[in-house]
Amino acid sequence: MNSATTTPILEARHVSKSFGKFKALQDVSTSFMPGTLTAIIGPNGAGKSTFFNVLSGAFPPSSGQILFNGKDITGMQQHEFARIGISKSFQITNVFKQLSVHENVRVAAQMETARYNFLRNAQSYPKPIEIADELLHRVNLEHLRNKKTGDLAHGQQRALEIAMALACNPSLLLLDEPTAGMSPEETLVMMELIRTLASERTVILVEHKMKLIMGLCKRIIVLHHGEFLAEGTPEEIQNNAEVRRVYLGQG
Amino acid sequence: MNSFFQLIARHRVLASTLFLAIFPFIMPYEALAINILIFGLFAMGFNLLFGYMGLLSFGHAAFLGIGSYVTGIAIVHYGVPWGAAILVGIIGAAIGGLIMGFLAIRTRGIYFSMVTLALGQIVYYIFYKAESLTGGENGLRGVRVDEFNILGIPVDFLNPLVKYYIILFFVVIAIWLISRILSSPLGAVMEAIRENEKRAAACGFDVARTKLLVFVLSAAICGLAGSLRALHLSIVPIDSLHYLQSGQAVMMSILGGMGTFFGPFIGAAVMLYLEDVVTTFTKHWMAVVGLVFMFFVLFFPKGIWGTILSKLQINQDSK
Repeated sequence: MNSATTTPILEARHVSKSFGKFKALQDVSTSFMPGTLTAIIGPNGAGKSTFFNVLSGAFPPSSGQILFNGKDITGMQQHEFARIGISKSFQITNVFKQLSVHENVRVAAQMETARYNFLRNAQSYPKPIEIADELLHRVNLEHLRNKKTGDLAHGQQRALEIAMALACNPSLLLLDEPTAGMSPEETLVMMELIRTLASERTVILVEHKMKLIMGLCKRIIVLHHGEFLAEGTPEEIQNNAEVRRVYLGQG
Repeated sequence: MNSFFQLIARHRVLASTLFLAIFPFIMPYEALAINILIFGLFAMGFNLLFGYMGLLSFGHAAFLGIGSYVTGIAIVHYGVPWGAAILVGIIGAAIGGLIMGFLAIRTRGIYFSMVTLALGQIVYYIFYKAESLTGGENGLRGVRVDEFNILGIPVDFLNPLVKYYIILFFVVIAIWLISRILSSPLGAVMEAIRENEKRAAACGFDVARTKLLVFVLSAAICGLAGSLRALHLSIVPIDSLHYLQSGQAVMMSILGGMGTFFGPFIGAAVMLYLEDVVTTFTKHWMAVVGLVFMFFVLFFPKGIWGTILSKLQINQDSK
């Protein structure tokens, strides 16, 4: 057995995060194995987003460690996360609204080939253009490639952001409520996309709507009041008395 | 009409060169044309940072001034040939940009504007006090370039039209460079950062480093404008460093269209031409320019060139 199958791709060790006096996250430890799809759930204010932000490099934890493939990456900056292969999409859509749809993905894809060259024409690098073409096809936006991104519907912008997150070919993809604000039809399409993404890389997603992920993930982590509450298969979580009390019981 | 504008947009460096080649014949006199050339370049350099990366600096007078003073000091005190003096002027402004940028880019929004304003004032004060080198309040006099040879052909720099074309040569090189930067991978990252810093960082781009790099490039281009101004005026007035110059760059960019290629140049031309016309019958030209500026901000917030571009966009979509 090689170490790749035994070392978690991402591990949180005793992670805490405080904002002033408010303890958003307290001593959370968990790990994620390569090639798995895990959902982090919890009621409002459970610390999901804080945990997501710590895992994805938006800010470092107040204490504790984050390990990526066994290497300590605590305190690395956001752009360094992307360089080592951790990519993300945000809860509130973050795209480049004044730029065209294709350009959004092309810029994201140029991270590998030419980051800061300022004398060559950007269009003279074929690789980012190819990646953008391919990813737009994948998220069904190729017919809108020359549209201004700000003119796209909400669901389309969210799909575009996933394409941008994939542009650096990450080994780990983190998604913060990928279906937030989507119509039921858009949600189904997004869920299907996430399912195929999970077949080729590790995916961690934060989700508020528990029903959605029951059929999607094999493993669920539940946070409550900033603390680790439970983890297990969807069935285990559904049958967990404590989870039912804090979460499912709320209707 | 549409295809005409598209042709201009596609060959923007060639279009600017051709237009600027006939520009002195449209203007009432050459000195005004030269002034517009220099401030157009200054505003374009500023727009790189402001329009394309979304950073509003109120300290760009520093780079205009440093470019002027370094070039002037090199010529007056050290007898450096004018070509090399331009080069050291650009380098001086770039170093100034590196220091100011390093201190300012960690702040955002209004704080960035205030920090650059304060740093610009510090630069003003330093040059004001270094009287033995800069002439202090009186400015640096005697930046003279009379005659020189280009490939054995004598050139009379005192002839205004000749002077215009020599300055134009440098301006065209800078316009070409700006055009290259904007269509480069860095140019794309700049716009990405302007649109959404968080997303740009999540895509793997070092936002702070990109901002610093563009700050330095912008400072260098504004420094060149300053160098050329010193040669044009034969003197470096202390007001080169005054924050009003920084304000001018902001106004010119907004009036012409921030974040557009030709916008700042058009803004500079309109403002300086208005100033020239209005001063012939009243000294309160600022009031008139202010009214024109307010009219555009209120009714055409995209500026002159920006409005033309967006009108064309609408026409294209409706076809």
